Amino acid sequence: MLSFDLSEEQQMIRDTVGAFARERIRPAARAADESGEIPAALVAQAWQLGLVQGPIPESLGGNGDTRLATTGAIIAEELAYGDLAIAAHVLAPRLVAFPVLEMGTDEQRQRHLKRFTGATFAAASAALMEPRWDFDPQAMTTVARRDGNGFVLDGAKCMVALAGASDTLLVWAASANYDRVDGFLLARDIPGLRVGEREKNMGLKALETFSLEFQGCRVGAEARLGGEGGADFTRAMSQSRVAMAAMGVGVAHAAFDYARDYAKERKAFGVPIATKQAVAFMLADMAIEIDAARLLVWEAAWHLDRGEDAHRESYLARNYVAASALKVADNAVQVLGGHGYIREHPVEMWLRNARGFSALEGLATV
Amino acid sequence: MIDFEIDPQTQKRIELFHTVAEQMMRPISREYDEREHDKPWDFLNAMWAASTAPGGDPMGGGDASGQGAAKMRNVYTVATTEELCWGDAGLFLSIPNAGLGGAAVMAAGTAEQKQRFLAPFRGGKPKWGAMAITEPGCGSDSAAVTTTATRDGDHWVLNGNKIFCTSGWMAVEKSEGFVVVWATVDKSAGRPGIKPFVVEHGTPGMSVARLEKKLGIRVSDTAALVFDNCRVPAGHLLGSAEVKRDGGGFKDVMATFDATRPIVAAMAIGVGRAALDFVRGFLAEQKVEIRYGLSPRRLSAVERDFMEMEVQLKAARLLTWRAAWMLDMGMRNSLEASMAKAKAGLAVTLITQKAVELLGPLGYSRRNLVEKWMRDAKINDIFEGTQQINMIIVARRILEYSSKELN
Repeated sequence: MLSFDLSEEQQMIRDTVGAFARERIRPAARAADESGEIPAALVAQAWQLGLVQGPIPESLGGNGDTRLATTGAIIAEELAYGDLAIAAHVLAPRLVAFPVLEMGTDEQRQRHLKRFTGATFAAASAALMEPRWDFDPQAMTTVARRDGNGFVLDGAKCMVALAGASDTLLVWAASANYDRVDGFLLARDIPGLRVGEREKNMGLKALETFSLEFQGCRVGAEARLGGEGGADFTRAMSQSRVAMAAMGVGVAHAAFDYARDYAKERKAFGVPIATKQAVAFMLADMAIEIDAARLLVWEAAWHLDRGEDAHRESYLARNYVAASALKVADNAVQVLGGHGYIREHPVEMWLRNARGFSALEGLATV
Repeated sequence: MIDFEIDPQTQKRIELFHTVAEQMMRPISREYDEREHDKPWDFLNAMWAASTAPGGDPMGGGDASGQGAAKMRNVYTVATTEELCWGDAGLFLSIPNAGLGGAAVMAAGTAEQKQRFLAPFRGGKPKWGAMAITEPGCGSDSAAVTTTATRDGDHWVLNGNKIFCTSGWMAVEKSEGFVVVWATVDKSAGRPGIKPFVVEHGTPGMSVARLEKKLGIRVSDTAALVFDNCRVPAGHLLGSAEVKRDGGGFKDVMATFDATRPIVAAMAIGVGRAALDFVRGFLAEQKVEIRYGLSPRRLSAVERDFMEMEVQLKAARLLTWRAAWMLDMGMRNSLEASMAKAKAGLAVTLITQKAVELLGPLGYSRRNLVEKWMRDAKINDIFEGTQQINMIIVARRILEYSSKELN
């Protein structure tokens, strides 16, 4: 039966995470963007929310919560409302924990999930994107060639969050004949893998990202996510797109709220600029686009929660958000005029962050 | 709990209405577009028979005669409206029912008036209800109506001109229907002085001045009505004659738009889906694959266009469902209804224009229905509140401004 209501649990999570985003993340966002560093204390506080360890079974030390993509989308939106870079940082361990939880073998679950159940933040991340203008998850150029019992990886990755601090990385690579994509769980310091310099990006400046280079990088058969059967990469991509799109909604929502409040305060010709149709219509359009985008994200997430294929839905939602978040953030800068261009206000940062959604994939998952 | 599944009861009706759309509407779609005000009586009679049969549903926009079978009536209405407008939006608007006139009776009438004016719509010959609010000098500014109602003994006497009255011809001359006419009983009172009057077919002093020739939805008649000392019994004023200075009555009636705007949005979505489905089928025939999941930088322009059409339509539908669902849940939905209407009207205007473009000369040709759908789609960006009026409503709500503060 059609419903747009969050469950009681989801409302509680939204309120808790939303409060954290407003009270803790947002006040730290500008300084983090300028310095390129996220305070460790903030990351530690975020860890206490249990967003990574929650769905891990109690037998492995987690909370045994039900994991839902809809809930994941709500969390991602709320955190990104505070700040996108900080949201991506604190959620990055999910990029290993959740695929292992859902698609890993028993042995992989035993071996890799425990690290996420401790009291302190456990850095971990996945490598998906490649440094190509037309990077395409369906046509990956990083290749895992079978070699005896194991695999040899060759290729290059980029935009790998927290790679410098992660003990474990989940690397997505195509098979030698390009007929499938697999995830490989590996340690950062194995031979044949070189972690490059920290990247410098237009936005997400507080998020540490790195390039990776694989040259004859040998891993055992046990490294392949899901073992012999492999993992469902299409589903993993759908989950990632839902998460990224939800974050886009969060950034857009932040920009809208700020621009709306500013437009009601700022006067021109003796009246608040929000009373002028030219400005009011921009704000109305932003509000409509945000709601439309959120509903598209929820619908894709809902398909995932039913165990259905959400390939098309998540892709379309992601593309919609990539365009609408950018447009909303740009409008927000425009509503503030010259002040929007000045770094005293956050809207220019949100414009830089929003620009990333059409280029970036795989920085979060639900 | 978030859930996008339509209840099974409504789903069954959607499937039934899809068959109606496919087998009864599509085959006559082109013919009655070209013949303009000529009515497809076989179709109209069949729809009337189906809706007045035991267990039948009133099919068509704005009908609120209380027969809807589903628990979630507004969701049911938008879902089935989309289906019928996938068939043909003009034919959908032509289906005999109490229409917007019925919606006004439901919103403003007393229990006795609802029974009296709507009972005839449950049987007998096909009938139409219509609503006359727009005048040559005022459209969206509905509070500015100049048609007057003057009390004379046990009657009200109406004088003035109304235009853009959907199905007005059918209600006034072609059936034993009625028109709900908005007229002011006290010009000095402004909005609160504007009251709805039921004027039944054949009432002396009411006449159809002309039928408009339109860009699209041509099979649906859009009438200009003249009221020249038109006398109606006092009991035909819906609700109370008292002029409340706080805005009372008129405000309540404007609230009916909260229910009808999602229906118009759903109409738009039906037309947009017709165009999208046609393009999808056409591209498949041409062996043009739509490669979902591919890097957007590797997609062809056609793929990008098609995907944009698809997702815009979906976005509009989700906003529309939400607005209807809120009403079913008893929530106030003016903001969300206007969001849905503004989004759907514009999105579908652009989707159908793009469909014509994608098919090139085949889209422009009247051999296919795509050009017709483009013409039909545009009305949804205009009637029941233009896109701009809905944007103003959205803006006022999000900014918490009154109509005085933002106009």
